[in-house]
Amino acid sequence: MSEPLPVTIIGGYLGAGKTTLVNHLLRTAQGRKLAVMVNEFGALPIDEDLIEAQGDDLISIAGGCVCCTFGSDLSAALIELGKLPVRPDQVVIECSGVAIPSAIAASVTLLEGFAPDGTVVLVDAETIRTAAIDDYIGDTILRQLADADLAVINKADLVDVPTLSALESWLSDTAPRAKTIVSEHSKVPLDIALGLGATPIQSQQMGHADGLFDSIALPCADPLDGEPLAKALTDPKLHITRAKGFFDPIPDGPRKALHIVGHRWDITDSPPNAPLGIVCIGVKGQFERDLIRKTAKEAL
Amino acid sequence: MKTTVYSAKNIVTMNAQKPDASHVAVRDGRILAVGSSDEVATWGPYELDEQFADKVLFPGLVEGHAHTMEGTLWRYVYCGYFDRMDPSGTTHRGNTSIDAVLEALKAAEAKMDDPDSPLTGWQLDPIYLDNKPVTRAQLDNVSATRPIGVLNASGHILYANSKALELASLLKKGVNHPGIPLGADGLPTGELKGPDAMAPVSVHVGMSGSIADVDERGLRDFARLCVRTGVTTVTDLAAKLDPDSVDMMLRVTGEPSFPACVVPLRFFLGLSPKELVPEVARLKKLSTDRLSLGRIKLVADGSIQGYSARLRWPGYHNGAPNGLWYVTPEQMLELYELALEAGLQIHTHTNGDQATQLAIEKLELALRKHPSNDHRFVLQHCQLADRAQFTRMAALGMSVNLFANHQFYWGDEHYTLTVGPDRALRMNAARTALDCGVPLAVHSDAPITPLGPFFTAWCAVNRLTRSGRVQGEHEKITVDEALWAITMGAAHSLHMDGLVGSIEVGKRADFAVLESDPRAANPEEIKDVEIWGTVQGGRVFAAADV
Repeated sequence: MSEPLPVTIIGGYLGAGKTTLVNHLLRTAQGRKLAVMVNEFGALPIDEDLIEAQGDDLISIAGGCVCCTFGSDLSAALIELGKLPVRPDQVVIECSGVAIPSAIAASVTLLEGFAPDGTVVLVDAETIRTAAIDDYIGDTILRQLADADLAVINKADLVDVPTLSALESWLSDTAPRAKTIVSEHSKVPLDIALGLGATPIQSQQMGHADGLFDSIALPCADPLDGEPLAKALTDPKLHITRAKGFFDPIPDGPRKALHIVGHRWDITDSPPNAPLGIVCIGVKGQFERDLIRKTAKEAL
Repeated sequence: MKTTVYSAKNIVTMNAQKPDASHVAVRDGRILAVGSSDEVATWGPYELDEQFADKVLFPGLVEGHAHTMEGTLWRYVYCGYFDRMDPSGTTHRGNTSIDAVLEALKAAEAKMDDPDSPLTGWQLDPIYLDNKPVTRAQLDNVSATRPIGVLNASGHILYANSKALELASLLKKGVNHPGIPLGADGLPTGELKGPDAMAPVSVHVGMSGSIADVDERGLRDFARLCVRTGVTTVTDLAAKLDPDSVDMMLRVTGEPSFPACVVPLRFFLGLSPKELVPEVARLKKLSTDRLSLGRIKLVADGSIQGYSARLRWPGYHNGAPNGLWYVTPEQMLELYELALEAGLQIHTHTNGDQATQLAIEKLELALRKHPSNDHRFVLQHCQLADRAQFTRMAALGMSVNLFANHQFYWGDEHYTLTVGPDRALRMNAARTALDCGVPLAVHSDAPITPLGPFFTAWCAVNRLTRSGRVQGEHEKITVDEALWAITMGAAHSLHMDGLVGSIEVGKRADFAVLESDPRAANPEEIKDVEIWGTVQGGRVFAAADV
């Protein structure tokens, strides 16, 4: 049985940097075939130099990626995507500025062959606090943040350090389920924004180019019980932003995949020959390698 | 040049300069003269047509907010609570119990040959059936082997049987979606709330493609309903207008026997504001006598009974969280500015009063940038606006098209559940709109409620709810005001008041042919005016023949 296609939802209000993030991810996809779905309200959000060919419904992008738009019927657009001759590795949905990400995630769960794989919500460091108390859109923005697994404080270069730290503490209340990371120009590493892909161990071995993130691999050679491990790894003290990998619950049984994003975890079916081992990734400086190893050992 | 003069028992012109007449002369599909037999004879030789000698001619009615897809829905099984007339003129009895709904479905099922083809119903509204959702077990009694789907009257809920759920791979445990309630057995109950929950099942119950788009046969059928309800100009308020759909509409409305002028508004979806405005300007140039293009529809929020409308404080009466925006304020402003600059009109759907407030504020800003004296931007529905908002709308040159029928169909629920007594009394405040000087139209939003402007006028005049309460005595308007709203008022909202809406020299020869004068009806009886048919562009359409 093949793994369901992971779907990452990118939310946030207008101007937070969603489109810039999507283009950044396409540029750094490193061979991962992304299928980007954009809402139908905006102008086409893909940088022109990335576009290889443009059909009526689908745009081909360098590196085997594609982009299509969805209107009022996201489900139909995803079903169409599932029929593509080349199966993408990952779906990225760029929400409209007023969309509620959990509603989109819920729709994804209804479709055979797709599974939500984290909600990334971007905030504009300069304007978010004002926008969050706006009479019209404030409650929408707060709802978006409450849905976040990963909150990205973007445009961090535009605010001073005290503002940034005040923002971080505000987000710990406003986006209580989320891990928070800081970025400039939406430059969030692929592994953080979209997870570690189909082959986490290989991804990890390629390293993290920007040097802002750190990771370790937990080998998982012996059969293990996934649920206690997942719960242990989502402990905030460990500062794991994302984790993904494969394990065997019982010897020679069907292999399983573990996904962690922020405080949320999920165990799904896995392709039979996926390499054993779980990779954890987090922000350098916070990431507690030793504590993670110790916690994992105790949980097993 | 052939001139036809129609004599009538009375001609109600809605033109204050000559409110009544006995004869109207028609040449080239337009009104040449209105007056006495002698007055119209001054234009030279004519052929006298006396077929309306015992009828009342009234201006062809204008429905300013409907969706032509009702024509398509009539191919499904009617499951509504109220009696309703189909395009052929047959009145379907309302299904006043769940058993009656199931019987109607069973009767249709029995006539189907192919055992696998889906059975589709529409217009079911459990609010009237003890407010209990229909379950898949009930629908399984109709058929356990073919997929069944029944649309809620709102169009936003679908009830499915087990087979339909099974085909959509949803008949399983562990489904986790706020729009899909689960039964005691852990399986979905069959109720699917919201477009996302409906989507996986819709395709298996015969609703493939977009339900929002009318097809060719549906458009012809909808036009037959227009003839039966006296409507000669009808909007299609949220059309996608892709090239195929525009070609189809041009072709069908161009058929010699097509009896109405259709006014489709291009929905703001699929194009950015910068792309949409030139596209609509391009469409406008394709307009014909019977297909008027070149207007934009923007949806700001959801619906009140769906708790997705945006309300100002104190919000929903039952404590539900505030509703959803379907557009960002920034996009609304951008679209308003670009459309004003291009001279294109926008109709904005605002149900909640916060959405109305946003539209007012953004239009005010846009007008500062692109001053425009006669833009007539319309707020559609605008159900909860208060006096201060109508005052600002008047000052800004806005128009309103109120959802008068809502008061009858869901007024009781608004009073008890959604917005509470204070705001229920001011819903669809037609009196206040007129007093503040806002040009007024009223609408059915067909298929949400039945097409029928005289019924809509009745709602605005009497403000009765389904349970028989008068809700908002002070917001009643007079019969004359309501008749204006369904003719000149709606024509004004489309910038078509120089063309239709009254029986007046130079205008299109569009008449509703009636058995009696609606001005003479008791206010309680205005919905019962009998309609013989229409004349559209000088062509006669008897309801009995379409």
